[in-house]
Amino acid sequence: MSFTLLLIQTLNGLQFGVLLFLIAAGLTLVFGVMDFINLAHGVQYMLGAYLAVMFYAWTGSFVLALILALLAALAFGLLLEFTVFRQLYDRDHLEQVIATFGIIIFLNQGVKVVWGAAPLNLPIPDGLAGVVTLMPGLTYPVWRLVIIASGLIVALILYFLVSQTRVGMLVRAGATHARIVSALGVDIRRLFMIVFGFGTMLAAFAGVMIAPILSVEPGMGDSVLILAFVVIVIGGIGSMRGAFIAALLIGLVDTLGRSFMIDILRLVMPPSPARTVGPAIASMLIYVLMALVLYFRPAGLFPAKGRS
Amino acid sequence: MTSLAADKPVPRAARFNVGVALMFAVLALVPFAAAFGPESYVLGLVTRVMVFAIAALAVDFLCGFGGLVTFGHAAFVGLGAYTVAIAGAHGVTDMTVTLPLALIVSAAFAYVTGTICLRTNGVYFIMITLAFGQMAYFIAGSLAPYGGDDGITLPTRSTLFGLAVFGNDRALYYATLGFLVASYLLCRAVVYSRFGRVFRGARENPTRMATIGYDVFRYQRVGYVIAGSLGGLAGFLLANAAEFVSPAYMSWQRSGELIIMVLFGGLGTLYGAIVGAASYLLLEEGLAGLTENWKLIFGPLLVIIVLFARGGLVGLAASVRARFSRD
Repeated sequence: MSFTLLLIQTLNGLQFGVLLFLIAAGLTLVFGVMDFINLAHGVQYMLGAYLAVMFYAWTGSFVLALILALLAALAFGLLLEFTVFRQLYDRDHLEQVIATFGIIIFLNQGVKVVWGAAPLNLPIPDGLAGVVTLMPGLTYPVWRLVIIASGLIVALILYFLVSQTRVGMLVRAGATHARIVSALGVDIRRLFMIVFGFGTMLAAFAGVMIAPILSVEPGMGDSVLILAFVVIVIGGIGSMRGAFIAALLIGLVDTLGRSFMIDILRLVMPPSPARTVGPAIASMLIYVLMALVLYFRPAGLFPAKGRS
Repeated sequence: MTSLAADKPVPRAARFNVGVALMFAVLALVPFAAAFGPESYVLGLVTRVMVFAIAALAVDFLCGFGGLVTFGHAAFVGLGAYTVAIAGAHGVTDMTVTLPLALIVSAAFAYVTGTICLRTNGVYFIMITLAFGQMAYFIAGSLAPYGGDDGITLPTRSTLFGLAVFGNDRALYYATLGFLVASYLLCRAVVYSRFGRVFRGARENPTRMATIGYDVFRYQRVGYVIAGSLGGLAGFLLANAAEFVSPAYMSWQRSGELIIMVLFGGLGTLYGAIVGAASYLLLEEGLAGLTENWKLIFGPLLVIIVLFARGGLVGLAASVRARFSRD
C-alpha cells in the first residue's frame, strides 16, 4: 500500500462522501423538519442523472443540461409533493415507507420504459475531462475534483442558509418544534414545500454531477438511498453538521476499506482467507460503524437539540 | 409517531374466529383443487406464500404488538435457509438436525443483535436492524465455499430419519401449512399470555411498564428472539421449497417486502400477516403474468392502498362489514 495510492483513495473517499452529503442533506432536512421518511429521495437522484442525459442529448451543453435537469427534477418533485406526499405528512412512519416504496417501484420501472434498461452515459464537459498532476507521480481526474469542490461549496451555502437566514431559522425551529412554529403564524406547509423542493434539487444535483463517472441505470438510487440513511442516522437526524461529517466519514471508511482491507487482513492472516474475507468485511464496515455509533450514542453523533 | 395497530388493550381482531379457521381450511384444500390444474406450479406458489406468511407473522408480532419495526428480518430467513444449505453441503440433510440448528442459529443471532438493537428506539431501531441485516447479507455473499453471491443449490430436500419425506411437493405443502398454523397459534398464545401483555404494554408506554417494575428490555429481547426463530423457521422451509439458497434472500428489499405484506394485510392482527403475504405475492404473480411492466401498476397500487385503505385489507374488510351491519 503505497502513499500515492492512499492519497488517491482518500480523495476518492472524499468525493464519495461529498456525493453522499448532497443526497443526505435533503433527506435529513425533510426527515428532520417534516418527520417524513421519504424513500423516494433516491429516485430523485436517479431522475436527475437521467434528465441530464436527455437534456444533454437535446442541447449538447452540459451546463444547460444541468440547469434544465435541476428545474425538471424540481418540478417533478413538487408534483409528487402535491399529489402524494402531502397526504402522508400526518401519517405513521410505516405508511410513509410503504407509499414512497411504491413510488420507487414505479419510477425504477418508469425510467426503464422511457429510456430503456441499458445503462446510459453522460460525457464529462470539455476541458474538465483530463487529469491534473497534484504532485510528481500523482495524477487525479479533474472531474472528481470538481465534484468535491462543488459539494463543499454547496455545504458552505447550506451552512449559510441554515444558520444565517430567516428561512434557515424557521427550518431549524421546525426540526424541533414544528407545531410551535406553526402556532406562531408561520405557514408550515409552505415551509415544507420549500424544504422539500430544495432537498429534491440537491439530490438531482448529485445525480447530474456523478452521471459522467457512473453509468446511468435504473435502480442506481436504491443503494445510495440506504447509504444516505446510514449517514443521517450516524450524524443525528435533522442535523446538517452531523450529515456533513457522517457523509465524509462514511465515504472515507467505505472507500479506504474496500481498497485496503485485504492488505490489512494479510498482516494477521494468510493471504488466501484474507482475499475471501476482506471484501465482505469491507462491505460491512459502514454498517458495523453505524451499529457501533448507535450502540454508544443511540441518537447519532450530533443529535439535533430538543429532539428525543 | 402514532400507533397504527388498534390501541385497544386486547385487539379483538386477533381473537380466534371463524374467518381464520376458514382460511386454514381453504389452504388445506388447495392441493385437491390444484390436482385439476397446473399442480406443481400452484403447489409451489402457495407453499411460497405460506413460507412468507410465517416470516410476516414474525414481523407482525414485533411491529404490531411490540412496536418494534424491524427492517432486517430477511436476515433471519436467510440464516435459516443458509443453515440448511451449509449443513447439506457437508452431507447433513436430516431435519432432526437441520431444523433445530436453523432455529438455534437464528435465535442466537436475534439474541446477540437484539441486545444491541433494543438500546435504541423509533427510527434508530429501524436503521440498526437494517445494519445487522446488511451485515448478514454481505457475510452470505462472501461465503465462497457455499456459492458466494451466486448462491448454492441444495443437494436434496431435508429428510426425516433418512426418509425423503419432502420428496413430493404435496408433503412439503402440508408440512409448511402445519408449521404456519403452529406459528400462528404460538404467536396468538404468546400475545395473550402474561408475557404478551407486558410486551404490548412496552409498545404503549415503556416508561410506565418500567415504573410498574418490568424490565422492558428483557421482555423485548425475548420477543425479538421469538420473532427471529420464526424467521429461521421460514428460512428452513424456503430453502426446502426452492432447493436453492442465495444472499438475495437477505437483501434489504426482502425485509421491506415483509413489512409491506404485514401492512397490506393489517398491522397487529396476526392473521392479517397471512392475508397480506398471500395477497402481496399473488398480486405480484398475477400482475407479472399480465404485463411485462407490472411494476408500473404495482407501485401506484401500494400508494393507493396506503392513502385509501388504512388498516390494510383486514381493516378494509372490517369497515365494510361495519357499514353493512349498521344498515
